[in-house]
Amino acid sequence: MAGQHNSTSSGGSSERAPRTFRVWRGDARGGQFHDYTTQVGEGMVVLDAIHQIQAESAPDLACRWNCKAGKCGSCSAEINGTPRLMCMTRMDQLPPDGPVTVEPMRAFPPVRDLVTDVSHNFRAKKSIKKFTPRKPDAPDGTWRMQQADVDRVQEFRKCIECFLCQDVCHVLRDHHKHDEFVGPRLLVYAAALEMHPLDTENRLADLKNRHGIGYCNITKCCTKVCPEHITITDNSIIPLKERVVDEFYDPLTKLFRIFKPGK
Amino acid sequence: MEHYQTLEHDVVVIGAGGAGLRAAIEASAMGCSVALVCKSLLGKAHTVMAEGGMAAAMANVDDRDSWKVHFADTMRGGQYLNNWRMAQLHAQEAPARVRELEAWGAVFDRTRDGRILQRNFGGHRYPRLAHVGDRTGLEMIRTLQDHGIHQGIDVFMEMTVVSLLKDGDRVVGALGYDRERGRFRVWKAKAVVLATGGVGKAFRITSNSWEYTGDGHALAYEAGADLLDMEFVQFHPTGMVWPPSVRGILVTEGVRGEGGVLRNKDGRRFMFDDIPDNYRNQTAKDEEEGWRYVCGDKNANRPPELLTRDHVARCINREVKAGRGSPHGGVFLDIAWIKEKIPNSEEHIRKKLPSMYHQFITLANIDITKVPMEVGPTTHYIMGGVRVDGDTQMSTVPGLFAAGEVAAGLHGANRLGGNSLSDLVVFGKRAGEHAAKFAKEHGAGAVNPAQVEDAIRRALAPFDRGDAGENAFAVQSDLQGTMQDLVGIVRTENEMLRALEEIGRLKARAAKVGVSGHREYNPGWHTSIDLHNLLTVSEAITRAAIERKESRGAQFREDYPDKSAECAKFNLVLRKGADGRMQVVREPVRPLPAELQQIIEENK
Ligand SMILES: Cc1cc2nc3c(=O)[nH]c(=O)nc-3n(C[C@H](O)[C@H](O)[C@H](O)COP(=O)(O)OP(=O)(O)OC[C@H]3O[C@@H](n4cnc5c(N)ncnc54)[C@H](O)[C@@H]3O)c2cc1C
Ligand code: SF4
Ligand code: SF4
Ligand code: FES
Repeated sequence: MAGQHNSTSSGGSSERAPRTFRVWRGDARGGQFHDYTTQVGEGMVVLDAIHQIQAESAPDLACRWNCKAGKCGSCSAEINGTPRLMCMTRMDQLPPDGPVTVEPMRAFPPVRDLVTDVSHNFRAKKSIKKFTPRKPDAPDGTWRMQQADVDRVQEFRKCIECFLCQDVCHVLRDHHKHDEFVGPRLLVYAAALEMHPLDTENRLADLKNRHGIGYCNITKCCTKVCPEHITITDNSIIPLKERVVDEFYDPLTKLFRIFKPGK
Repeated sequence: MEHYQTLEHDVVVIGAGGAGLRAAIEASAMGCSVALVCKSLLGKAHTVMAEGGMAAAMANVDDRDSWKVHFADTMRGGQYLNNWRMAQLHAQEAPARVRELEAWGAVFDRTRDGRILQRNFGGHRYPRLAHVGDRTGLEMIRTLQDHGIHQGIDVFMEMTVVSLLKDGDRVVGALGYDRERGRFRVWKAKAVVLATGGVGKAFRITSNSWEYTGDGHALAYEAGADLLDMEFVQFHPTGMVWPPSVRGILVTEGVRGEGGVLRNKDGRRFMFDDIPDNYRNQTAKDEEEGWRYVCGDKNANRPPELLTRDHVARCINREVKAGRGSPHGGVFLDIAWIKEKIPNSEEHIRKKLPSMYHQFITLANIDITKVPMEVGPTTHYIMGGVRVDGDTQMSTVPGLFAAGEVAAGLHGANRLGGNSLSDLVVFGKRAGEHAAKFAKEHGAGAVNPAQVEDAIRRALAPFDRGDAGENAFAVQSDLQGTMQDLVGIVRTENEMLRALEEIGRLKARAAKVGVSGHREYNPGWHTSIDLHNLLTVSEAITRAAIERKESRGAQFREDYPDKSAECAKFNLVLRKGADGRMQVVREPVRPLPAELQQIIEENK
């Protein structure tokens, strides 16, 4: 046999055992949990189990996914009550007994099964003023930035837009302030722009008024669920809050600004 | 009859990866109204997964680099079957496209003097890949997305295009449905850009996601466009092999660019055992020279791990078949060993390859800073695709353009790593620009309602058959097995003829697929639609691979293990014949202009 499968036959043995998944099924009108049992083997993640269930017993079970490697942020759900990426949640990290519950992100309106309406995040992003660079540093139209100066921004730009931080934030989840508060993901986005060494735009007034940064009371729940380990609160929200305070409440800064406008 | 909504735009772009976004941005910057349609949410396309970097001869790290060297590298990598005009434009324009991304907010890793840093990659003579750790694709797609949302582009997320609409010869729009509700929609347009990516889901082991079902290839083919070079499917040498559920997930070539080495179970660096003649002058003589190259010594040649992907994949295949593989049927890829060479190696690895570190720790319980990974080949990329004009990206059907992975030409018989991300922006921009021009010059055509209704009827047919029909997932899985086993890394005529027969049987089964339930987010229904595309591209790959009776680039034939001078003279075109059957036609390779030929000679 010349085919590739020699080289890739699934060597090694893997024990498989049945496991029950309690999956929320429904739509905007309501729904309930359904139990499905499927075989779980070594190294499997929750997303694999969902796919198996689709193939075996529920071909119309809706879920989002793309990369299966924690890179695209599509497969967000609440697993045993915790917001996580299904593709990065290994079965052997979950308690060995009892059913595994899988439900959609609760901070967003349900569409169907595990799929939610995340359009809030796209709208909110559009309301944040776009990147506006300073004039190039070199005659060839390029800029010079030191690695040390971009480290922080690169941390924020790791965001895969899984919206798990949005899901866990009580301002959105419990208080439904979607119209007044952009949420942690978008604050990280704003921070990435504000702290970008080349950017010249000022977003502080928007952050204070339109984007509701004041709603955040630094519970740090968002940081805890971020699969990219972005220190959302300490590195982005708190510094932004400080800038807002400096800009609008600190008399000395105000005075200073009269002489030196800009950021 | 089914109700559908009709929307009108100057240009409709199908696909929102790097190529589609860049095309949409360009067309809208030229004053066109633009619709951008994609199967997933915005920002989730395949481009987001690209890791290693984008190739552009900026010469920031090695000032000997230039577009000419990049051009010569691309042609050598493609075994001279490339569309040389595309290879030339790509090498010339990639640096400007990288700088443009920076101007739109991308934050690449930096050199000491504050410029964009470039890293080594297989087949590139000098360090050439602009990158952000190992998440360059994320940086690219996010930059384009965040720039694009302020351009007034109408974005249609989670919608699948199922058919291109024609008025005479010309394409005048597309028909699709929204995945959320299953409602149909017509995008009427003066020009259409395909940017739908690849076909990896035709195989069982792949680095590609569910989106990669060859939709654009099949849409173009059905609309009468030529496909080109479909036999050339890239098997990336390093995919994960264990545990089973992650098999195929990519391990970036960046690991080898940063000094990672391949070893068999005996600890031997087997890549030194087989170095192709045309690369001998550029390959390190020993391990010591290879390491010096990784450290940036300009007098050193690259280690053999950085030979082209087709070659590395075959070498791995050979080790495994000879019984010298790793426990789970791969070989070892070791980056941890650099601790012998540099202090703080663990921190260095985590910094340079953060998402690889994360991926292995989480999915395989392996700490790559301490122990080797197990890797094996995985279906990764298709060089073949829609045949386009090198300058305008227009297909052989007027008004239909293609850019990115769905288009053919730039990469010839084998793509160099990093040449895709640059491809997306160079030719995405060109496709957008020329689609806009075409729209302005040609005005609107007429959409034929009968054509729309017919396509809708076909798309909905699986519901009529309900549970009684074939299971779409089962047919898809059988197709993947067929392609994997019979048209994979190592090919023979007999096996491929069997594959063709099997594809015939699978087509018959696909025509009987049934789905139950509702139209809302119904994966069974979606798969039933994807199946037709997968079958079309699988047939195209197989027919072309049979016709090319030689081994070249990504195609390795056990029954014709050598290159043939005869086969060097043609590319293969696939098109739908008047009888509805797929035809394979030999198309002579266009001779290179003297000045380009000279560049190739100078860089031999
Ligand atoms: C894991 C991985 C790592 C990679 N690393 C690198 C790298 O380091 N460097 C490099 O140069 N290349 C790399 N590549 C290759 C490169 O990422 C891809 O070739 C490239 O991103 C393809 O971009 P695209 O714009 O052509 O398509 P994509 O980004 O795949 O976008 C395709 C779009 O088309 C849409 N679409 C498809 N069909 C339809 C339809 N029927 N209707 C509507 N929309 C549709 C999809 O929804 C999606 O939006 C990598 C690939 C993978 C998988
Ligand atoms: S820290 Fe702020 S943004 Fe984060 S979860 Fe708490 S309230 Fe929400
Ligand atoms: S900040 Fe973290 S949790 Fe929030 S969307 Fe981005 S990656 Fe997800
Ligand atoms: S599928 Fe991409 S993050 Fe889970």
